[in-house]
Amino acid sequence: MLKRTNIVVIGGSAGSLKVLLVVLPHLDKDLSFPIVIIMHRKASSDSVLNKLLAHSTQLEVIEIEDKMTMLPGCIYIVPPNYHMLFENKTLVSLDFSEKLNFSRPSIDITFRSAAEVFQEGAVALLLSGANSDGVNGLKEIKSYQGTVAVQDPATADVDYMPLQATLHVDVDIILKPTEIASYINRLRI
Amino acid sequence: MWEPNIIKNEDIELLLTDVAERYGYDFTQYSKASLKRRLNRICLIDKFSSFAELRYRVMNHPEYLQRFVEEITVNVTEMFRDPNFYKSLREEVFPRLGTYPFIRIWVAGCSTGEEAYSIAILLKEANLYHKSLIYATDINPGVLERASSGIFPISQMQLYSENYRLSGGIEDFSKYYTANYDSVQFHHNLKEKMIFSTHNLVSDSSFNAFQLILCRNVLIYFDKELQNSVFDLFDISLDALGYLALGSKETIRFSKLEKQYKQIGDERIWKKIR
Repeated sequence: MLKRTNIVVIGGSAGSLKVLLVVLPHLDKDLSFPIVIIMHRKASSDSVLNKLLAHSTQLEVIEIEDKMTMLPGCIYIVPPNYHMLFENKTLVSLDFSEKLNFSRPSIDITFRSAAEVFQEGAVALLLSGANSDGVNGLKEIKSYQGTVAVQDPATADVDYMPLQATLHVDVDIILKPTEIASYINRLRI
Repeated sequence: MWEPNIIKNEDIELLLTDVAERYGYDFTQYSKASLKRRLNRICLIDKFSSFAELRYRVMNHPEYLQRFVEEITVNVTEMFRDPNFYKSLREEVFPRLGTYPFIRIWVAGCSTGEEAYSIAILLKEANLYHKSLIYATDINPGVLERASSGIFPISQMQLYSENYRLSGGIEDFSKYYTANYDSVQFHHNLKEKMIFSTHNLVSDSSFNAFQLILCRNVLIYFDKELQNSVFDLFDISLDALGYLALGSKETIRFSKLEKQYKQIGDERIWKKIR
């Protein structure tokens, strides 16, 4: 049975920016769902990352603000030093609670929230990184019948994060960076 | 700490309605997504294995209420968080405040007080502290006690000192406190003009008129309707030409206040213009 995709959540840490810069230029403009990117970065980092990502894609790139409404075909970046949660299928909240896995934003927190709100309509993708944030979140996505995708560890600058995912989660698909964009494009209704 | 997933959405409604009726603390307009995490977290740290256990403790042990309220609200804060924000206060706002004979500032939802002390330091350095009063309020009496102690973990000082420097501070940050093993004590003269008091943004009314209200990373835990009613509360508590400061991802845009306030520069500071 073909599942309808309502959200794509992408988590990444060390080595993931490079992957995003390969993926974003090839994303189609008329995606039928929003994409949310949770990247570990320094609390003090400015808007350089957003600009870099915005320049690499024809989709609109938006840094999330509290109680923002998400639209299909847009890319949403979780701001540094906040966790991000879904209130419902369109409305998002920010949260400044304790770090998880030494991280704020934490990929686990947003993945779990996506799993609960979107259930089988959630697709989560975990990229390169040096800690295990995201692995528990992928399990949650899976337990709600969502789809779990992981960057091929062999292609990751830092393979710890995707490797942990493949070891501990029943992963649906393993993707090389060059395969990710067409995978996401095909999720369109 | 990966909390279990014990609490269901319908449990939240039930518990919050009970708590509001029994104790008068109304969390029904808090953001559900965040509250759900807090409730799961409290189940983990206080070892409740089911929602029923948590509910029983809250409803039948009034002495547990203070801890419950303190744990389901987020009390994570920093000194000089977002240094550019403090820089704007120094450069754009304080010179204006300096023209008043007397300055009243409200730090709403001050938690353990890190922002109130940051403001006190800025006022000292602008030579305005002697004619200022800082009202630091929070829903939790426990965190206010910690705020009024002026004691903070020494492990944070490197970050705070760096934030302070980036905010335009030119003093040696350590001159404001005395280190003591794993904590530091901020000097008492910083709290001479601070008033700590409980205040619930949901249910309590305006209690004074201010030239500056800071409420940073508090409204993110409220739903939109409650955010709007808190904006109204701030509006009636602000003098004409007063300033409202929010967290870096919070905004008065799309609210009733939008047309009566003007944003100052790039930071989340608005001036009441009519």
